This record gives sequence, C-alpha cells and structure tokens, in this order.
Amino acid sequence: MSAQNRKAKQLIILSGKGGTGKTSISAAFAHLNAAHANSHPMVFVDADVDAANLSLVLEPESLEPKEFWGGSLAEIDPGKCINCGACSPVCRYDAIFPDPKNDQVQWIDPIACDGCAACVYACPEGAISMVRQQEGNWFQSNTSFGTLFHAELFPGRENSGKLVTLIKQQARLYAEDIQSQCVVIDGPPGIGCPVISACAGTDLGLIVTEPSLMGLHDLKRVLGTLRHFHVPAVVCVNKADIYPEGTRAIREFAAVEGLDLIGEIPYDEKIPRAMIEGKPVTVLFPDSPAAKAIQEVWHKTIDLLNLQED
Amino acid sequence: MKLIISAQGSSLESQVDRRFGRCMWLILFDTETDQWEAFQNPGTSQSGGAGVAAAQFVVDNKADVVCSGDFGPNASRAFQAANVEMRHFAENITTVQEAIDQFKQDMLLK
Amino acid sequence: MQIAVASGKGGTGKTTIATSLALSLASLAKVRYFDCDVEAPNGHLFLKPEFTESTPAVIRIPQIQTEKCTACGRCVEVCEFHALAKVRKNILVFPQLCHGCGSCTWNCPENAIVEVPNPIGTIERGMALENMEFFRGLLTISEPMPTPIIRQLKKRMQPQPNTINIYDAPPGASCSVVETLRGVDFALLVTEPTPFGLHDLKQMLGILSDMQIPSGVVINRDGIGDDSLEETLREYRIPVLLRVPFDRKLAENLAAGRTLVDVYPQYGDILRELYQQITEIVGGKTK
Repeated sequence: MSAQNRKAKQLIILSGKGGTGKTSISAAFAHLNAAHANSHPMVFVDADVDAANLSLVLEPESLEPKEFWGGSLAEIDPGKCINCGACSPVCRYDAIFPDPKNDQVQWIDPIACDGCAACVYACPEGAISMVRQQEGNWFQSNTSFGTLFHAELFPGRENSGKLVTLIKQQARLYAEDIQSQCVVIDGPPGIGCPVISACAGTDLGLIVTEPSLMGLHDLKRVLGTLRHFHVPAVVCVNKADIYPEGTRAIREFAAVEGLDLIGEIPYDEKIPRAMIEGKPVTVLFPDSPAAKAIQEVWHKTIDLLNLQED
Repeated sequence: MKLIISAQGSSLESQVDRRFGRCMWLILFDTETDQWEAFQNPGTSQSGGAGVAAAQFVVDNKADVVCSGDFGPNASRAFQAANVEMRHFAENITTVQEAIDQFKQDMLLK
Repeated sequence: MQIAVASGKGGTGKTTIATSLALSLASLAKVRYFDCDVEAPNGHLFLKPEFTESTPAVIRIPQIQTEKCTACGRCVEVCEFHALAKVRKNILVFPQLCHGCGSCTWNCPENAIVEVPNPIGTIERGMALENMEFFRGLLTISEPMPTPIIRQLKKRMQPQPNTINIYDAPPGASCSVVETLRGVDFALLVTEPTPFGLHDLKQMLGILSDMQIPSGVVINRDGIGDDSLEETLREYRIPVLLRVPFDRKLAENLAAGRTLVDVYPQYGDILRELYQQITEIVGGKTK
C-alpha cells in the first residue's frame, strides 16, 4: 500500500453576489488543466444545483440520471380526514387549508409544506402521512476536460444543501478511485445552506468578485463565511475595468484583510460569445484578454493548492 | 469493547469512509468476541442532521469508541456528551480490517 | 399590487430593475420595497435608506427543562430534522438544524420543552429615497436558513389599496425564491440573452407555473448574446416587457451605486409604462 497522500485537494469557487463569472472561470480552469502536457486528472462539481450552468459549457456526455430523494412532505388522505381542524393550527408554514377541490376535507400545499410532520402527530385519525420526495436528479458525466458531477434540483425545492453534499461526496470518492489530486467545485451564489455545504472541508476558496459596490459588499459576506468554516481564501476581480475605482476599493480591502488578490480579469465580450458556443473561453478565444488573465489566475491557484508534480 | 467504524461497504475488507455523518455503512466490532456486524448508516438518507442521526445510532448501540476521519461539529458534540471516544484514521489506513488492527495496537489517532 | 422581481440566474440585474421600478412608481402610489435577498442584500446600495428599526429575526427553538424531562426520547423520535439527540439521560438540541416547527414541544408528554428565540439574522426597516418604506432581512453569517427571515419580512407586507409592494428576490430557484414569490400578483423576470440566463429562467418558469403567478420578462444587457432566449419566450408565451441594451457607461454607473433612472431618466416613463402593462396582465388574469 502506497504511503502517498490519497486525499484529493478541494477548491471551492464562490462569489457572494451572483453573476460575477464563477462558472465561466470554472470551465476555463477545466480546459486549462486538461490542455497542460503534464496535467493530472481533475474532477469537477457544479454545486449550484438549482441553477446549474457548468454543463452548458463543458459538453458533457451524461451517464444516466440518478434520482435525488430529499426530505418528505405531508399528505392528507381525504378518505380518512374528518375535517376536525386539529392540523392547521399546528402548522407554522400556512400550508394547511380546505381542499380547493373538496372543502369537506383539509389539504396540504406541497409548495408551502416544510416537512416537519407536526400535523401527522396532531391528527386524531391518522389521516396524514409523510411521503418521501424525489427532489431532483444528479449526474456523473464525461467531458473532454474531465469528469463532471452535477445536478438539477427540481424548481422550488428545499434540500439543495443535501444535494450539494451528495455530489461532492460522489466526486471525492471518484477522485480517490482515479487518484486525482484535485476536485474543483463551482459554487452557488449567496452564503446560506448550499454555500456552506459546498465549502465544508475544502482546502482553498477562490472568491470571484466584480468591481461594484454590490460586489464588494457581498465579497465581505462570503469571505466571512469561508473564514467561519476555516477555509483559506483568495480573491480575483472579474470585469475589473468596468469600474476601476471599484477594483481599487477591492485591492485596498484585500490588503487590509491580508487576502491575496490573485488576478484582475478585464471585461471581455468573448466570454458570453464562448458561452453561446457552449465552450470555455480559453478554447475558443485563447488570445483574448480575458482568457490570458484567467490563465494567470489558474496558475496562481494551482500553486496555492500545492499539487504534487509526478 | 465496542467499536464503530465508518465505512464505504459492508465487509471488513471494505474501504473506510473518512466522513462520519454521511458514510454508507457503520461497522460494529466487539474486541472481546471479535464478532462484527454491518449496519446501514441512518444518517445517509437524512435531509439534514446526518451527523446527529449517525451519532444517535452509535450512542443507542452503546459503542465505547467510534472511528472515522472527520466527525463534524454535531456528531462531535453528541459523542463528547455521551462519553464515546472519537478516534481518527491515520492517512495510510484504507480498509476496515486495517482500522481494527490499528485500534487493537492502540495506534489510532485521538 | 405585489410584484416580485426574480431571475433564476444571479447577476442579471434584478436589483437594478427593482430599485428603479420602485423609484419610478413612487410618484404614482405609495411604494414599499422589500429586499428579500437576505444572504446578499444589495438594494440599500441604490436606495440608500436611513434605517430606523432593527429587530432580530428569530427561529423558536426548543429548550429542555431538565427538571421535568424524563429522557423518554419522544422529541428525538418526532423531529424530522435530527435537531435533537438522546445521549445518556440528556437531550441535546442542535440549533442550526432546527426548523422551528414546534413539533417536539407539542409532542412532549411531560410538557418539558419551552421554546426560546434563536436569532438567525435581523430585519431592518427604514425610509429610502422618494419617501419609500424600505425593508430588508440580513442572514447572520454561518446561519444556513434564509427562508424564515423572508417569511418574517413578508409578514410586514400589509397589502393596501394604492400601495405597491416590490420584492427583490434572491438568485436561484429554490425554497427562498418560492418564499419570496408566495402571494405576489406578478413576477417580473430579469434575465440576460445568454444560455445561462435562459437555462435558469426555465427553472423560474417551472416554479411560476406551479404557483400560478403570471410573469413578464425584462431582457437586460440586450445585445451580448443571441436570439435563443426570445425564441423560447415566444414558445412559452411569456411577454417581453422591456429590453435594456448592454451599455458600458451604464454598467460603470451601476457599479458605483447610481440607479438606472439616475443615468437615463427616460427610464422613469418606461418603467411606469411597464407597470401599466403589468396591471393589465394581472387584471386580465383575474377576469
């Protein structure tokens, strides 16, 4: 048994604010890694499960969808309901009211139901049961840049955090199987449950921000989140030339916080162009200003991850 | 002494799982009788609180020691309150059998 | 009238449109602005409210009264979220897993559980430009659940005649967006004409169809992409109510915290006209 460290490093790419360019950059990273002569296989995860876009630019061949079963929702059996009204007062989510199709029985709105089961215990007739729900699908797909683990949460569902944890775990196990040194996770916007699941246990957080007041405000929030969960962080600024004063403010903030600013990527319409062609910008427009800047960010990132050369 | 080990499969040759809360299997091993049994982790199917569900299982089975890689804050808290000792796999451990052998030689990390 | 501004994809310009829509309508009616993106709220950067009130947003979590607790474990059994564990003769509570549903409290045979407030964020209220009431929620860093804060924020909604409530929704298409949309009359979807914008918009259309909320689209940064978005909208019969062309000067000004109507005042009339279209669509639905 080899004494080599078998645990793959994990990189999480976050932003706080949506739309800063995480996914375009993640796709470029996938290509840059695969294109390098001495590259090691990497595994990719799209953790933005309710708005999953990475697969749109990596041309995946999906293996079969696998079902994701999340929590349960309460359902009333109209045959057993005696309309006693014991259930609705215990529901804190305003999910129970007379059935629009039959006002002699109560009905639970699946969109509002939180799955707490308080009504199940309140019902004297045993008319309410918890029913497990399929809340989405997940996929392990082959792409020309490596294997991608991604998912589609059904619209409006809860448990995105659990789905993120699931695909991260699958990616990690697969990475161990193929002796991959790194898992790259394209994260969701925000700072809540799916972000927390995405960044848990990762080795490095790359924050992609933009030079607006909004970008800086949300950079602070996501940085606070990464620090809370003990993930070392670095930052890069995308669309940096749109508002130079904003980029300056981010540089100053980074200096004060002891946060490494590892790149500034100019606004480049090649990025949406590449998106429309369904490929990473570094594939289609390798000499474009954005592609070159992203390459710099990539090199600094893999240095920081300290991946071992063979 | 009763030991519980987080694993990816249901036999002693299975790979260990370094993540406690969402591991697929929990292997219960009795060091006095050398008997063992594999249980599906109740934590894997939970929407949240996997660590708590898995820890509850360990506590309900009256284990003395639990072995994994990373327990997470919730399971850790439950085990501290329950006085169940947490031990960590060293980097080179790959199978459940190896973890058991290392435990018997008191080589698992605290 | 309750209007939510949503998108699916992040960064398409929800806050840009929502804030300028609010400013444009302030001359027609009383406008109340609710920033429901409690994880990363940005509305205040444009509307510059003076906050007058800040209250903690709380979830009610169980506290075990140990003198009455027999450690029967009933609470652990009924909790769907594993927020309770029975360990020796004690019951442990895990606040970050708790949904505040109250089930354990009602089910305890010894009445040994009381509920105590667990703060997960704040709800703030203030007065913004154009004498507009401004509400927002802010999730505390490391807290996982935004939805209870959005729910509490919306309890302030008080629909009144001649009042327009505007809700700026979070990005994505999961439960926090649904909570923002509940009970609104119309969803104004702000998107961009790219494959990512289109993909995520379809998720939103799925939600809106389930919730039976009419919608219309604002195509922001028009010109950076292609026609696939508009083709799809025609198929789904979702009206395009406005196109805002991509414009670097605008982008720079927005980055600096100036609003769309500051930079191009003609959008005041355009957005008031958009509102008229919304009222017609909503009126048409209720016939």
